[in-house]
Amino acid sequence: MKNTISTPVDRLDGPDKASGRAIYTDDIRPDGLLFARTLRSDRPRARILDIKLPELPDGYFIVNKNDVPGRNRIKMLEDDWPFFAEEVVNYVGEPILLVVGPDREQVNQILKSIEISYEDLPPVLSLEDAITAESPIFGDDNSFAAYEFQKGDPDSAFDAAKTIIEGEFKTGYHEQAYMEPQGMIGSYTDGKLTVTGSMQCPFYVKNAMVQLTGFPENRVQVIQATTGGAFGGKEEYPSLLAGHVAMAAIKTGKPVKLVLERGEDLAVTTKRHPSVSRYRSAVDENGRVTAMEADITLDGGAYAGLSAVVLQRALFAAIGVYNIPNVIVRGRVLATNHVPSGAFRGFGAPQAFFAVEMHMEQIAAELGMNPLTFKEIHLVQKGDTTATGGVLRDEIKIREMLNRVLKLSDYRKKEGMFASRKGRFRNGIGLGIYLHGCGFTGKGEEIIQGTATVRKLAEDRAEILVSNVEMGQGAQTTLRKIVATTLELPIENIDYPNPDTDRVPDSGPTVASRTVIIVGHLLESAAKELKARWDENEVLSVSKSYRHPSYIQWDQDKLQGDAYPAYSWGVVAVEVEVDTLTYETAIKGVWAVHDVGVAIDEDIIRGQIEGGILQGLGYASIEVMDTENGAYRQRSFTDYIIPTAVDAPKIESELVDNPYEYGPFGAKCAGELPIAGAAPAYAAAVGHALGIPVHEIPAKPETLIKRVEK
Amino acid sequence: MSQIISFTLNGEKISLETDPMRRLLDVLRDDFSETGVKEGCGEGECGACSVFLNGKLVNSCLVAVGSVHGMNVETIVHFKTTPAYRVIEQAFGDAGSVQCGFCTPGMVLAAYALLKDNPNPDETDIREAISGNLCRCTGYNMIVDGIKLAAKQGNGKW
Repeated sequence: MKNTISTPVDRLDGPDKASGRAIYTDDIRPDGLLFARTLRSDRPRARILDIKLPELPDGYFIVNKNDVPGRNRIKMLEDDWPFFAEEVVNYVGEPILLVVGPDREQVNQILKSIEISYEDLPPVLSLEDAITAESPIFGDDNSFAAYEFQKGDPDSAFDAAKTIIEGEFKTGYHEQAYMEPQGMIGSYTDGKLTVTGSMQCPFYVKNAMVQLTGFPENRVQVIQATTGGAFGGKEEYPSLLAGHVAMAAIKTGKPVKLVLERGEDLAVTTKRHPSVSRYRSAVDENGRVTAMEADITLDGGAYAGLSAVVLQRALFAAIGVYNIPNVIVRGRVLATNHVPSGAFRGFGAPQAFFAVEMHMEQIAAELGMNPLTFKEIHLVQKGDTTATGGVLRDEIKIREMLNRVLKLSDYRKKEGMFASRKGRFRNGIGLGIYLHGCGFTGKGEEIIQGTATVRKLAEDRAEILVSNVEMGQGAQTTLRKIVATTLELPIENIDYPNPDTDRVPDSGPTVASRTVIIVGHLLESAAKELKARWDENEVLSVSKSYRHPSYIQWDQDKLQGDAYPAYSWGVVAVEVEVDTLTYETAIKGVWAVHDVGVAIDEDIIRGQIEGGILQGLGYASIEVMDTENGAYRQRSFTDYIIPTAVDAPKIESELVDNPYEYGPFGAKCAGELPIAGAAPAYAAAVGHALGIPVHEIPAKPETLIKRVEK
Repeated sequence: MSQIISFTLNGEKISLETDPMRRLLDVLRDDFSETGVKEGCGEGECGACSVFLNGKLVNSCLVAVGSVHGMNVETIVHFKTTPAYRVIEQAFGDAGSVQCGFCTPGMVLAAYALLKDNPNPDETDIREAISGNLCRCTGYNMIVDGIKLAAKQGNGKW
């Protein structure tokens, strides 16, 4: 049975965006606007000895650490990340000061004339350096976070194993590459600071500004401007930019805008953590994995940021979608003198899914088993437990989804046919099977206790008041559809202005695929109550705050129990053709089936799935970002290449219906899910075509050639 | 080093005294508040700053304003008032082609540039026509579908 809510509607933000009327951060031009540019470290690790400033023309300013009114630390999990470097710089691109003034060209000239002298310190430029460094960057062992947990009795299972199979898997940096570069505008009027910009988390920015300025909360206002893509890249970094424009506005008394140029954005903003994962599995005489050990190390860069939670999500995904009775998982995120790594769609899970999926392929190959059959016999079922011992309570349709993907892609036939192919061009086909834990990890939702409000504005009109943002993912359409359907009003009659922290409650950040399942559910229940009380008053507000469903048990210290309230699921098959002369790879087809509970809008979900899969395919194939002496070698879209319409495959995609009791209209989560499986499916397909294991992404032609020659 | 530069902008003759080396993109955005023309990369890779120059699609970040003297510049600001735009906007809406929207004005112009020369494009034509416009949200297929739909609904009247 088809859910009527799933029937697509035209996106409400479509016409303004298509016609260029939508106002993004850089389009805002208040009177008296000043422009800011950032002077940055060109050293990975050094002591600042001296800064020589030129004579400044009238109306131009320098803003630096001495202009911090409160605390020079971005409010996050660990308060270690400064707005402006103090005595020491810790990465290439770290902000040292701003030049601010009315003419951008003049600002650039002043910036170029500033001379800094440094005393270089021994930098930590790799995970190996981080482990052996004599003078650590963070704590006494360069470890931002380290965790270990286990299930069952892995030691006994390894002792009893018939075979033990080990592998190492690596993933590289991955840049969000939102089309709109990061930007922020600050103003300071009558003692009140207002920051407007491109962001996912207005209250993260607000809390960061309160700590930066020491102002009471009512003197800090944060407003989201239309945001041109984010993918996690605008989760924590906007707080840094907001701090810069805030200090500049407070100092100059004028509105100040800071918009990054593309090269600058690539060079200094957070990326997906590079990873090295070592896996070891015990296999019994029937070819069953009896125990799995996973050890995941992430490169966190120079400051802690959100790395600890990214690592948690990676570790909780470490055994993928498989029922493994005995498990030991450990991991750490290390400090290096690289740009801080951060949030990116999937938040640690894509690294783990790449590793575990390729490890399962590897075990099958070494046992001489068919990888598909091998994965199939290990798939979880309802009632099985996760790596953290949480119970999978809800209906799991992964087998049905897998069978559908096999049929759509003609998998079994191609698998056999391609294996025997000779000649220059070789095809291969591979699978990725994956899940995504919806909402915050662990106790996150309980701690943040999001509140959402629906307000009746008139007999036929209501308004959504939440701090979650539209950033391209369709929140404007899905959240209004949830409220409109509940109130039985036309969707056009539901207002949802861009969040302004002076007007909206804190419903939490726009992250962790939580906007529909958590905030949408709060809105659905608020709208239900509002409907029941509709005639009480002309204007009436109903607010709902999050409460953890009582069945969820989680021990944050031991990392045991239900790490997430619910899971969405996916299966994807990717077919490639590899040119064995150049080792270039073309993607010939993609077939995917997802379980997101119930789609609030099928077009919005299709957009998330296709965009996420292509982003994952880019991650696996052409998106190369590497460092030299701590700086990225890729400085533009000419050398950090993302897929174009010509590179993009057609994607045949379907959904299965699997309503979730605590989601709005049965919806679960969808935003991050589709990126997790594309990379392992691609790598497995390339491996299939060439008859080699692919244990590292991006799978560059030069790496593949070396592997084949070996 | 300023020069007087005259060109037609969205049907209106304009003249300005400025450095001829300034990027057309900056002149459009800063001097004429044409904020529908977006800067995504500043190096001609992403197509967000697309405009028509004498009817030909160009990246305005790669054009020095001095070089457009005497020419005809058309941006999304004017194009959005045309019947052709309305067909594309509706088709993009129906096909779910818009997400964050930052690439969309450029995509719309690229779609029109294709359809006016080739009103019945095939899949390959469409993909090539928008290959100079980057989108990170959609995976492109829903934009390709939008252009196919626009071709059908525009029915050759471009």
